[in-house]
Amino acid sequence: MTFVNDFPWLTVLALIPLVGSFVVVLLPKSMPQLAKQVALAISLLVLALTIVIALRFDGSSELPFQFIEYHEWIPAFGITYSLGIDGIGLVLIALSAILVPLTIVAGWNDVEEPNSESVGSVKGYFALILALETLMIGVFAATDVFLFYVCFEAMLIPVYFMIGRYGGPNRSYAAMKFLIYSLLGGLFMLASMIGLFVVSGQITGVGTFNWFQLVGLDIDPTTQKLLFLGFFFAFAIKAPLWPFHTWLPDAASAAKPGTAVLLIGVLDKVGTFGMIRYCLPIFPAASEFYAPLIIGMALVGIFYGAFVALGQNDMKRLFAYSSMSHFGFIVLGIFVFTTIGISGSVVYMVAHGLSTAAIFLTAGFLMQRRRGSSLISDYSGVNKPAPVLAGFFLFAALSSLALPGLVSFIGEFMVLLGTFQRYMWVGGIATLGIVITAAYVLRVYQKSMTGSVSEGLASIKDLGKREISVLVPIAALTIFLGLYPAPVLNVVNPAVETVMSIIGQTDPPPTVGLTSTSSEGTQP
Amino acid sequence: MQELMPATGVFSLLWLLIALPLAGSAILLLGGRMTNKWGPYLAVSTIVIDALLAIWMLVEMMGQGAEERTFNDNIYSWVFAGTFKVDMAFQLDQLSMVFVLLITIVGALIHIYSLGYMSHDPDRRKFFGFLNLFVAAMLLLVLANNYLLMYVGWEGVGLASYLLIGFWQYKPSAAAAAKKAFIINRVGDVGLSLAIMVMFVTFGSVSFEDVFGSTGQASEGTLTAIGLLLLLAACGKSAQFPLQAWLLDAMEGPTPVSALIHAATMVTAGVYLITRSNAIFDAAAWAATAVVVIGVITMFMGAIIGCAKDDIKKSLAGSTMSQIGYMVIAAGLGPVGYVFAIFHLLTHGVFKAGLFLGAGSVMHAMKDNVNMRRYGALRALMVVTFGTFLVCTLSIMGIPPFSGFWSKDSIVHAAFESSNLVGICTVLAAGITGFYMTRMVAMTFYGKARWEDDAHPHESPAVMTIPLIILAIGATFLGMALLFWGNIETWLEPVVGFEEGHVAIPELLLMAITLAVVLIGAAIGWIQYARREVPVTEPHGNLLTRAARAELYGNEINDVLVVHPSFWLSRFLVWFDNAWVDGFVNSSAAAVGGLSGRMRKYQTGFIRSYALSMLGGAILVVVALVLVRLS
Repeated sequence: MTFVNDFPWLTVLALIPLVGSFVVVLLPKSMPQLAKQVALAISLLVLALTIVIALRFDGSSELPFQFIEYHEWIPAFGITYSLGIDGIGLVLIALSAILVPLTIVAGWNDVEEPNSESVGSVKGYFALILALETLMIGVFAATDVFLFYVCFEAMLIPVYFMIGRYGGPNRSYAAMKFLIYSLLGGLFMLASMIGLFVVSGQITGVGTFNWFQLVGLDIDPTTQKLLFLGFFFAFAIKAPLWPFHTWLPDAASAAKPGTAVLLIGVLDKVGTFGMIRYCLPIFPAASEFYAPLIIGMALVGIFYGAFVALGQNDMKRLFAYSSMSHFGFIVLGIFVFTTIGISGSVVYMVAHGLSTAAIFLTAGFLMQRRRGSSLISDYSGVNKPAPVLAGFFLFAALSSLALPGLVSFIGEFMVLLGTFQRYMWVGGIATLGIVITAAYVLRVYQKSMTGSVSEGLASIKDLGKREISVLVPIAALTIFLGLYPAPVLNVVNPAVETVMSIIGQTDPPPTVGLTSTSSEGTQP
Repeated sequence: MQELMPATGVFSLLWLLIALPLAGSAILLLGGRMTNKWGPYLAVSTIVIDALLAIWMLVEMMGQGAEERTFNDNIYSWVFAGTFKVDMAFQLDQLSMVFVLLITIVGALIHIYSLGYMSHDPDRRKFFGFLNLFVAAMLLLVLANNYLLMYVGWEGVGLASYLLIGFWQYKPSAAAAAKKAFIINRVGDVGLSLAIMVMFVTFGSVSFEDVFGSTGQASEGTLTAIGLLLLLAACGKSAQFPLQAWLLDAMEGPTPVSALIHAATMVTAGVYLITRSNAIFDAAAWAATAVVVIGVITMFMGAIIGCAKDDIKKSLAGSTMSQIGYMVIAAGLGPVGYVFAIFHLLTHGVFKAGLFLGAGSVMHAMKDNVNMRRYGALRALMVVTFGTFLVCTLSIMGIPPFSGFWSKDSIVHAAFESSNLVGICTVLAAGITGFYMTRMVAMTFYGKARWEDDAHPHESPAVMTIPLIILAIGATFLGMALLFWGNIETWLEPVVGFEEGHVAIPELLLMAITLAVVLIGAAIGWIQYARREVPVTEPHGNLLTRAARAELYGNEINDVLVVHPSFWLSRFLVWFDNAWVDGFVNSSAAAVGGLSGRMRKYQTGFIRSYALSMLGGAILVVVALVLVRLS
C-alpha cells in the first residue's frame, strides 16, 4: 500500500534546511557574512513554505492527519518512511519555523572565528542550526516510530556541537552531560520500540513501526506498562520532567542564547509532543495506570522548579529552572486526559516556545553588553540606560508569568482548568504556582532593571534595529494569539479530540444545568 | 434576570471605549520619542472622547425600559476546547454603566490634572501611556460579559498599577512596592482563577448570563466555595484584610496614580466583583457573612492606620482601605446593601480623587515632601486647594449635605437592618474618619508653618486646580443627585436587586447619632492638632499609635508566615538540587562510565570523534538488539 501524496510537502520542507546546511558548509571560510545570509534566506524559505502548508491545512477536515507521505523503507523490519501532520504537529513545526530565523538573526554576531575561547567556525554554527531544523521538522512530521526515533536521536548531534563547540566556559561538561543523559533515555526508548515491533508482530503476524498500525493494536496491559516506560523515560528526560532535569540548567547556561532558545523552545517540546503522540495513543492502559505517578511528578516539578528558580543568582539557570516548572504544567495537562487539558498543553508549548525565545534572547542581548556575565548581581538599573531592552525584558517576564491577555495565559489557564475538571485538588494546588512564578520573574526584573545604575552599565547601548527586529515578531505573536488564539485552537482541538477518542477518555460533564451543545468527539 | 439586548446604535461602539485608550497607550509606548510632544494630549483626548461616548450611552440607556438596559455584543469566539467556550464579548448594563462613567469622567479629570503635575517629568510620555493602558484595562474589567475576559481586565489593571507604582524605577523603594503589589494581587488571582474553574465544572460556562441563570441548581456548598474564592480575589485587588499590605506601599507611585488607581477605580474592583456576582452571594449566606466580617476588620484597620501616619498619602491610603471596607460590608449585606455599596463607591471615587489630587497639589507646593509634620498654615497660600480639600473632607466625614453623607448614611442604615453589631461598628468607624480627616486638614492647612527651609508654597496652575474644583462640586452634589434625581436604587435594582429593610431606631435619630459621633471624632482631632502645636518630629506615642504607624505589623506578619519560609524552602531546594539530585546523576554517571575520566579525554580535543563514537555505539546496540530479537 504505497500512497503517494500529490506533492511531498513535508519532505520538501524538511529537505530545504538540510540542503541549505550543506550549502553553508561548502561556502569558503573567508566569507562568514555570506554564510549567515544564506542561512537566513534558507530559514525564511522554510518559514514561507510552512505558512503555505498551514494555509492548506484543513482544520475542519475529518482526516486527523494531512500531507501524508508513505513509502516502504526497510520492509524486512516493517519500517516505513511515512510522514503526516495533525494540528499538533503543524503548530509545533510552525513554532520551529518561526524561531529558527529569529535565532539566526539574534545570533548574527554571537559567533566569531575560532580563537582562544571558541573552537567552531562561523559557518559551522549556522549550518548546524539548519541541520537541526530538518530534524525538528522530521520528529514532528514522522508517523513511523522508527523514523521518529532516528530524528529524535540524530537531533543530539547538532545540539551537542552547538553547545560543545560554541558554548560558554562550562561547555564541555554541559554538552557531555546533555549527550549522555539523552542517549540514556534514547536507549530505553529503543528497547521499548523493538519490543513494540515484536508485540505488533505477535498480534497481527507482521511486525511494524508504522504509527497508524500501532495505534489500533490491542496490547495486553502488562506489556503496555513495560513498553510505556521506555518511551516515557526518554520523553521525561527530554522535556525535562522532575527529577530528570539536571542536564538542562547546565546546558542552558553553557549554550549561546540562540542555542538555548532552540533547545528549550523547540527540542524540549519533542518530549511532551512524544507523550501526546506516542505514549497516550499506543499505550492507553499504561498511560492511565501511570497517570497518578506522572501527575505527582509534574506537580512536584512545578513547585520545585519555581522555588529553585527563586533562589538562583544566575539568569540563565533561573530561566532554565523556570522552564522546568513550566514543563510541569505541560505534562500535567497531558496526563489528566481532558480535552481542555491536552489542548491547553499544546497551546502552552507554543506559548512557552515564544516566551523562552523572548526571555533568552533579551537576556542574551543584555549579557552581550557585559561580556557575557549572567550573574544577576552584575546588573542593576538597566532601565535607565536601555529602556527598550528593559521593556522587552519585562514583556518576556510577563509572558513567562502567563499574564492574562497573552497566549501563555490561555495555555496555562486551560491546563489548570482541564486538571481541575478531572482532579479538583491537583488543579487547586497547581494554581498556587502562579504566585511563585510571579515572585521569581519579578524579582529578577527588579534586581537587574530597576534601582540605581550599576557601575559599567551606565554607558551601555540600548537595543539596536537588528535586536528589536528579532523581539518584535515574538511579542506581536504573543499578544495576537493571546487575544485571538483561534488559529491554534482550530487545528489543535480536532487533533486532541482524536487523541481523546483513541485513549477512550471523556470529559467530565458539568455538575448541574446547562446541557452541552457542542460535541466532544469522544466515545462513550 | 434581565433580557439581553443586541448592542445596536451607540452601544455597538462598546469595543471602541476600550480600543481608544488602548490605541493611545500603544502609540505612546511604541512611538518612542517622536510622540513626546503631543503624546500626552493624545492620551487625554482618548479619555475625554470616552467620557463623551459614555455620557451618550447613558442618555440612550435612560431612554430604554428598565428591563431592557443590558446590551450584549459578541465579537468572536475567544477560547474554546471541548465543552469550554468563552467569547470575546462585552456587556453594558446599569451597573457597568455607572462604572464606565466613573472611570472615564474621573479618569479624564485626572489625565488633565497630570498634564500639570507631570509637566517636568522626563518620562511623562510613558506615564500617559501607562495611564491610558490602565483606563483601557479597567473598562475591559467592567465591560466583559464573562469572568475569564474580566480576568484579563483584572490583571491588566494590576499590570498598569505595577508599572505606575514603579514609575520612578530608579527608587528602589518604588520598584519593591510595585513588585509587592503584583505578587500580593497574584494571591488574589488564585482565588479568581479557582472561582472561574469551579464555575465551569459546575455550570459548564463562565459567562455572567449562564452562571447567574443557573445558580438555583447548584448546591449551597459549591456556591459558598465560589463566593469565598471571589472574596479572596476581591481582597487582593481592593486591599482588604489579609491582603491589604500592598496599598500603603503603592503610594510610591505619582500622586495622580494614587488618585485614579489606588483610590477611585481599581481598588474598588473587588466591590464590583462581589456586587456583580450578587446571584452567588445571595444564595451563599456564609460567604456573604465572611464578606461582612472582612469589611469590618479592614474598615477599622484602615481607619486606625489613617490616624497615625504622618505621610499625607499613606494616611489617605489608610482611609481608602477603610472606605472600601464600608463598601465591602454593604456588598456583604446582600440586596439591602448592594446599591449602597455602589453608591458609596461612586461618591468615594469623586471625593477621594479630590483629596488625593489636593494632596498632590500640596506636595507640588512643598517640593514633594509628604510629611504633614512639615506642612501647616497653607490655607491662605493655596486657597483653591484648601477649599476643595475641605469640601472633600466634609464629604468623606459624612457631613450633610455633602455627597459622602448620603452614601455613608445609607450604609450605616443598611448595616443596622441586618445586625446591630455591624451597624455600631460602621458608626464608630465614621467617628474615627472624623478624627483622621480633621487631623489631616489641621496639620496641613492650619497651625504654624513648619516648612523645610527651601519650601516656597504656591497655588498650583489652573490645569490642576480646575479638576480639583470639578471634583469638589461632585463631592458636594453627586450624593444628592444620585439619590434624589438619579434614583440610584431603582437604577441598579434590575441588576443587583434591592430590598428595603426595617431598623428599630428611627432614621433621623440614627442619622443624628452618627453625626454626633463624627463630630466628636472631629473635635478630638481639632483639639489635638489645630489647638496644640504639632511637633516636627513624631512623638514616641503609645502602643496603638506605634502599631498603627507600623501598619499594624501587616508586613512583619507576611514576612514571618510567607516570605521567609518561601526563601528558606528555596535555599534548601537549591542545595538539594545541586547536592542530591544532580549529585546522584553525576555520581552514577561516574560509576558507570567514569564520566570524569572521559571528560579529561574530551578536553584533549577529540570532541567530534568521541561524540560520534557514542552515537555509533548506540547504533550498534540498536542493530544488535534488532538482530537478537528477530532471530
